[in-house]
Amino acid sequence: MYVTIDGIEKSFLNERKEQVQVLDHIDISMEKGSFVSIVGPSGCGKSTLLYMIAGLEKADKGSIRIAGNEVKKPGPDRVVVFQEAGLFPWLTVLENVKYGLLLKKMPKQEAEAKAIDMLKMVHLSNYIHSYPHQLSGGMKQRVSIARALVMEPDILLMDEPFSALDEQTRMVLHKELIDIWKKTKVTIFFVTHNIREAVLLSEKVIVFGTRPGKVKEVIPVPTSTDGVLPDSVTLHTEQRILAILEEEIEKVLKEEMGDDYSFKTNHLHRNDSGDMGSHI
Amino acid sequence: MIAVIWEVTSRLSVLPDFMFPRLTQVLETLFNGLVNGQIVAAIGKSMSRLLIGFAIAIVLGVIMGYLIWRYKLVEDTLGFLVTALQSIPSIVWFPLAIIWFGLNDFAILFIVTIGATWTMTVSATSGFRNVPTLYQRVAKTFGSTGLHFIRTVIMPASVPQLLSGLRIAWAFSWRALMAGELLGSGGGLGQLLETGRSLGQMDLVISVMIIIAVIGTIMDNVVFMRLERSVQKKWGLA
Repeated sequence: MYVTIDGIEKSFLNERKEQVQVLDHIDISMEKGSFVSIVGPSGCGKSTLLYMIAGLEKADKGSIRIAGNEVKKPGPDRVVVFQEAGLFPWLTVLENVKYGLLLKKMPKQEAEAKAIDMLKMVHLSNYIHSYPHQLSGGMKQRVSIARALVMEPDILLMDEPFSALDEQTRMVLHKELIDIWKKTKVTIFFVTHNIREAVLLSEKVIVFGTRPGKVKEVIPVPTSTDGVLPDSVTLHTEQRILAILEEEIEKVLKEEMGDDYSFKTNHLHRNDSGDMGSHI
Repeated sequence: MIAVIWEVTSRLSVLPDFMFPRLTQVLETLFNGLVNGQIVAAIGKSMSRLLIGFAIAIVLGVIMGYLIWRYKLVEDTLGFLVTALQSIPSIVWFPLAIIWFGLNDFAILFIVTIGATWTMTVSATSGFRNVPTLYQRVAKTFGSTGLHFIRTVIMPASVPQLLSGLRIAWAFSWRALMAGELLGSGGGLGQLLETGRSLGQMDLVISVMIIIAVIGTIMDNVVFMRLERSVQKKWGLA
């Protein structure tokens, strides 16, 4: 296995100085070039796990290995695309994309050429000399993806990268991401709370339970090599994941609103007319 | 309008000319001072002191700000001390400075520096503290560490705060400089004020006051405002 996450545990101290366990014995393995998503309710520790793979946070127990090497600190082989683009406002788009390359001691000319190529790939070649504030949310996120991909990382870690964007932009970026993934064959670890997004994009969806966060189920998504799945197939998978998550959502709600709260199961389902025959 | 009132009241007033000079007289002195080099020399002297002291203060302030931000121990000790020192007007240091350095340039330079250092330290600390975690995380995942990290992320990200710190620090050191020169020796605008007083030349005193106001306005409105605006424009904050 290319990425091996082995027995990861992590707890934080809350405001009342109590130990709160966020991750409980996480075991995940990923093949090289795969696209794996993690879905789960908020606060289940999925982003924390991503930061651990990135090397930005340390686990209390367990280890993460990539191609046999243990992750100890952040490195340019594992680049993160954050929820907010996080572009440096004092640099132009081109300089932002070049930032990591120059850090790798790449010659200036080569870095510039590569950055421009990558910006072409995300359809932003007209904006290379703009500053981030001149771009729309979707464009910023494209730059952020370009900035990550130009590093030619082994793993692309994406932490709810599209959740702050509007629906249309998100759809366009989904398609672009799939194209890029096919072109580059980069391994993608994708954290989201959007079940549909996870099913549409990835080959494997890992469903996380909460308090403490743990792997509830691993669901393979019927291959989407051509990028288009029949709606019935995605819907079926979506509903399966939703059914698993319902229990978790109820747990969270009970905790927040008191034990007498009962979450009415049927209301959350998408309209049933769309899944004709999916239960056969 | 003010000019007219000034001219008229001065002519009508019972006060002698040397106490309440006429506007035309002041302008004449100002013009002569600029032409014969007396005022120009004083400006040069004052500005060179100010620039040196200010530069030292910026460097010290940024370094101390960095240490306070970076190390908890320094924050608890030096950080607290800086807040206390900041509340001491810098001219209060002058007696000490005279004993340490003598009544010379160094004493004045010392209070100019000390006037700006603490404010700069406080601004730098809060600037560094307010660098968004997101930027720091981004840079770290790209493998930035140590000096490179400070140079390419921490410093540029705190530029807006550093700039407003510079502006306040400038105001403090400018006031400290005038007070220091007034009491000290070795030329400069403050010294020229003192000369004007001892010779009973209020026209000279007012000329120097006008120069001080002009320089202050130029620095504040032209230099710092422009710097701030250009940063705001570039960052899209305006």
